[in-house]
Amino acid sequence: LRAAMPVETKAVGKTYPPHTYAVGREKVREYANAVGETNPVHLDVDAARAAGYADVVAPPMFAVVYSAKSMAPAVLDPEVAINLALMVHGGQEFVWGPPVVAGDEITTTATVKDISERDGKGFYVFETVSTNQDGDTVCTGTWTNIVRGV
Amino acid sequence: VTELSQGGAIPDLKVTPDRYLTVRYAGASGDFNPIHIDEGFARQVGLPGRILHGLYTMAQVARAQTDAAGGPEKLRRLTVQFRGMGLPEQEITVSGTVREVRDGVAVVDTVAEQGGSQIIRNAEAEVATG
Repeated sequence: LRAAMPVETKAVGKTYPPHTYAVGREKVREYANAVGETNPVHLDVDAARAAGYADVVAPPMFAVVYSAKSMAPAVLDPEVAINLALMVHGGQEFVWGPPVVAGDEITTTATVKDISERDGKGFYVFETVSTNQDGDTVCTGTWTNIVRGV
Repeated sequence: VTELSQGGAIPDLKVTPDRYLTVRYAGASGDFNPIHIDEGFARQVGLPGRILHGLYTMAQVARAQTDAAGGPEKLRRLTVQFRGMGLPEQEITVSGTVREVRDGVAVVDTVAEQGGSQIIRNAEAEVATG
């Protein structure tokens, strides 16, 4: 019988370098089509402008696209020490601010918010804060990854 | 646009991801984990086959809200718990009921179900009613 290995919590509070993502019109369309969006504000520039947007609007869940590159070094950080083979995405929260449109530049910073252990599972909670070129917070994400058998 | 009032339901969203959806979503999202796109790899690690990205299914939960509320900027917050796994080529149904409306924001309790089991549970959306 092997004693359970406690989770390593020294990385809690650690923040990673910000990553800036340039939102492209065709990327918004590609994402919108992949998730089945039919609202023309995501697909058609004229429709978006007629609705008062500067360009095609990113669907809210496009947050995963502009946040991804800032999350990767946090999840892969040896100090966080996640066993990736046993990791599942347990939960996700997003809180949105002003809409994101093609042409925006979104800068995201990831932080290790919490690492804890419960019922033999490790809970690794990360936060991403994404701001646009005007300094508005467009999205705050809370990403909960669960590792079995820590 | 659906009137969001306490106890009311948002229209069900039904979607059947086709055979190659996970490949398109991988490209669109940048998540190329082979459990989503490689049938052989998925089976090798004990899965029934390629599984849907959880965040794809969450996007369907989000779409049910924005379709009901009448636009992307109406969705202010969404939190979900992922359970089990979604599969391609099986219909997903997203359903939600309005728990309360306060200060112009409806709280919508939502689930995503596929083949009789919930693949997203305890989802809570905050949607602007104005």
